[in-house]
Amino acid sequence: MKNHVLRPLFVVIAVIALILVARYFYVPSDFGIYERGFMYGYHRKSNEGEWKAFKVKYRTREYCKDCHSDKYKSIMASKHRIIQCENCHGPAIDHPENPPKLTIDKSRALCKRCHTYLPYPTSKRATIKGIDPKKHNPDMECSSCHNPHKPDMEGW
Amino acid sequence: MKLTRRDFLMTALRGTIATALPIGAFKFLKPSEARAAIEGTNVRWGFLVNTYKCIGCGFCVKACKLENEVPYNVQVTRTWVERYVILKDGRFLADTPMGGRDGFTDSKVQEEEVKNEEIAKGFFVPKLCNQCENPPCVQVCPVGATYQTADGVVLVDRSWCIGCGYCIMACPYGARFFHPVYKTAEKCTFCYHRITKGMKTACVDACPTGARQIGNLKDPNYPVTKVILNQRVAVLKDEYGTKPQAYYIGLDKNVR
Repeated sequence: MKNHVLRPLFVVIAVIALILVARYFYVPSDFGIYERGFMYGYHRKSNEGEWKAFKVKYRTREYCKDCHSDKYKSIMASKHRIIQCENCHGPAIDHPENPPKLTIDKSRALCKRCHTYLPYPTSKRATIKGIDPKKHNPDMECSSCHNPHKPDMEGW
Repeated sequence: MKLTRRDFLMTALRGTIATALPIGAFKFLKPSEARAAIEGTNVRWGFLVNTYKCIGCGFCVKACKLENEVPYNVQVTRTWVERYVILKDGRFLADTPMGGRDGFTDSKVQEEEVKNEEIAKGFFVPKLCNQCENPPCVQVCPVGATYQTADGVVLVDRSWCIGCGYCIMACPYGARFFHPVYKTAEKCTFCYHRITKGMKTACVDACPTGARQIGNLKDPNYPVTKVILNQRVAVLKDEYGTKPQAYYIGLDKNVR
């Protein structure tokens, strides 16, 4: 049918068909509507597995305690038992394979996170023994006087 | 052909049933599949923050950034800690330097020296994605790159996200940001790789005081669920109707 009105319509239909064919090959087969319905659950299902397979880096003290049982016991007997090993020693990842050695953060900045005294009512922060880092031996490392594994004892 | 009234009605009924029944109704599930389908809906992750316990050490932010490979020295973070200092004259100050990554080590708030005796209230509020029951960020996604799992966690498909940023604008809590490396929308995943393995999130594990807790809200025996059911808790921006699932103990009207 040679009709100047219908001809553009065929072009439009052809374009739509092309898009649908391209979409068929481009969109993964597991893309669809899942548990949370169309509004919240329209996605590629295999992405959930990709997020689940993400690498765990912080292994918690349970991972440390068997090989470093002496350090574990000393810290668990102190007030610092509430702090995870990895907060100061860095994420274990696959230690001892990777990394073979963890870097210990002995900086003043680390201790200051909790022990800069901030007198805030209604916050537990005010109950922590703290110092004014500008006045309390500003040029010294905290660990030269205080043992973080035995914080109650003066010196090493 | 002669069609009796009975034949007509029977054929019409069969036809109606045939069109109304989905193919799925004829599928037989194995017992394990059926159990998986039910158990999958028995988990709903939720978060509980106790602002009285938070000491503003920022270990949670540090752990989150390292655990989830969020660029460390860039002003983006999946979770952050805000400091609120409310003065006796009614003024309030709030700040979150680098999202609280290095803790709060200065008594100055917003470059302002505050005298101890002027402070009426002072506290820290850790924030993260609320994993809303009605997530507005998911609704606005034009390509289906962000979605909610059956257990309530909102995730982003990095391979599908086109980086348009609608979701970043739609989140009332500012919990989303643009990942500077992947060039896609980025958000807290409740450490989906950890909670699905029976671990806790990196921020919960790093918290020394137990200010942060995570739990299954569908299990009434979970400590988090018990607190949410039996104690006075609040959520952020309740009026938006997003049904956020991060609950806070000790919120203040100045906390937004």
